[in-house]
Amino acid sequence: MEYLEFELPIKELEEQLEKCQVIGEESDVDVTETCKQIEKKLLATKKEIYKNLTPWQRVQMSRHPNRPYTLDYIKALCGDSFLELHGDRNVKDDKAMIGGLGKIGDQSFMIVGQQKGYNTKTRQYRNFGMANPEGYRKALRLMKSAEKFGIPVITLIDTPGAYPGLEAEERGQGEAIARNILEMTRLKVPIITVIIGEGASGGALGIGVGDRVLMLENTWYSVISPESCSSILWRSWEYKEQAADALKLTAKDMKRLKLVDEIIKEPLGGAHNDREKTYLAVRDTILKTHDELKNLSPKDLVSNRMEKYLEMGVFKG
Amino acid sequence: MAWFKRKEKGIQTSTEQKKDTPRGLWYKSPTGKIVDAKELEQNYFVSPEDGYHVRIGSEEYFSILFDENKYKELDAKLESKDPLKFEDTKKYPDRLKAAQEKTKLKDAVRCAVGKSKGKDLVVACMDFSFIGGSMGSVVGEKIARAADYALKKKTPFMIISKSGGARMMEAALSLMQLAKTSVKLAQLADAGIPYISLCTDPTTGGTTASFAMLGDINISEPGALIGFAGPRVVRDTTGQELPEGFQTSEFLLEHGFLDFITHRKDLKKKVNLYIDLITNQPLRE
Repeated sequence: MEYLEFELPIKELEEQLEKCQVIGEESDVDVTETCKQIEKKLLATKKEIYKNLTPWQRVQMSRHPNRPYTLDYIKALCGDSFLELHGDRNVKDDKAMIGGLGKIGDQSFMIVGQQKGYNTKTRQYRNFGMANPEGYRKALRLMKSAEKFGIPVITLIDTPGAYPGLEAEERGQGEAIARNILEMTRLKVPIITVIIGEGASGGALGIGVGDRVLMLENTWYSVISPESCSSILWRSWEYKEQAADALKLTAKDMKRLKLVDEIIKEPLGGAHNDREKTYLAVRDTILKTHDELKNLSPKDLVSNRMEKYLEMGVFKG
Repeated sequence: MAWFKRKEKGIQTSTEQKKDTPRGLWYKSPTGKIVDAKELEQNYFVSPEDGYHVRIGSEEYFSILFDENKYKELDAKLESKDPLKFEDTKKYPDRLKAAQEKTKLKDAVRCAVGKSKGKDLVVACMDFSFIGGSMGSVVGEKIARAADYALKKKTPFMIISKSGGARMMEAALSLMQLAKTSVKLAQLADAGIPYISLCTDPTTGGTTASFAMLGDINISEPGALIGFAGPRVVRDTTGQELPEGFQTSEFLLEHGFLDFITHRKDLKKKVNLYIDLITNQPLRE
């Protein structure tokens, strides 16, 4: 387990607890009471820390190296039923954007999402979860295929942004994202979107237009990362914490602003601290949401979705 | 001894009698060509010697596109609020106020309907001078309403993009304007109403990732910068040297993302030619 800076008090207590238990095992000293004391303190410390996370700390949580990624959710939710589908039928198969069919319960879903890597090698292989235009086009191809057969779509968002590369520009990164956004506004099957990690700007929205947009508790979603925002508006990388505050990028803020529909609570200490519990919460919320949407006619579904996005924005006059 | 001697103290000439020295008498293009401001205006704000297309705003584009410069502005009163209480080195309301005072504009887009070669055309034109043409709630709402006007009146729709992207001070609210404007464009598309996207210098970020790239035709002017990520970001991320002409309109044409590039003096003619052709109407002179 890796610890973030603000989690260090937890690390310390967990180490104490471990030592205490070792002493208990290796000697005749009765440590039950001491262990209990430490456990109690540990729980209280955890509660205290995770209750009061700042926006920047949430951003750090969303990037925690132990956090479950798209494929982890897919494996947990669909088991062996998942059939990965590749390629945009144009230039290549983008490894940063994965997709395929799978069953959750007895319902088939088309699932697409950005995928990050677990170590240096796979991080590079997955391009750090930054898709190229072919990734967005692959996602659209799969969503259109789902539409053709009346299969609902789930999109899982976890990206630091669409890849700002030379070839990405040549192959029309902007156009690919724009096309996805437009087609998703009028796709005739339910779209359930879950932000499971980072939701950075157009790269996220490119697979993020949904009938319901759900956000895990320790994720962020905004128009720019706090670091880039700091570098543009403050002309320095040092103001990322202020930028994270200013951007109102947490799940709570996004819900309050009516830009997302629901927050999925995470276990104490974040999604990675109790993966099974997280998967279960995500699964239940997806199935509940699908139940709400499945009986709507395609016409109502699309017009409700369009209405929802037309409502977004605050202005006067 | 001085050659001239001031006989009377203080400046005596009244304002009306002063010699006419208008603002920006000369314009210097990036290649160093000097143009008389009046001549520049008569030449569609294109430097005659080197063809450089000077950045202009909604006022100038409306005068180029609408017959006799007659048009009705739509939703002119919409203004930004500060829903996030956003503050960086400056408070957002202060930024807005300063931009409004400097530009005499309400926000970064103006929408209008008027006759272009005798037929109605709805145009939404962005103003780069207003906080870098950034797209916040007002830009999204005005474009959506203009598109809705075009939808109801069955009038061809045109957006002139000139923007650095989404407005950071409205964060996710501005991001959602990409979806909002796309909803209206999807409705226009379903209704079979032509939508023309003119990408002008510069068109980057959120605008490129939404309406700027979604035209039935996407067109541009010579030498415009068009891209998703800005050139500096691409260079810093990849560490690669950028090829010459990277992200210019010519580059996009070559890579298949523009239908054509037009000189500004032919803009009105070509836009209307396209409309007549795609709607199978007799060609207008």
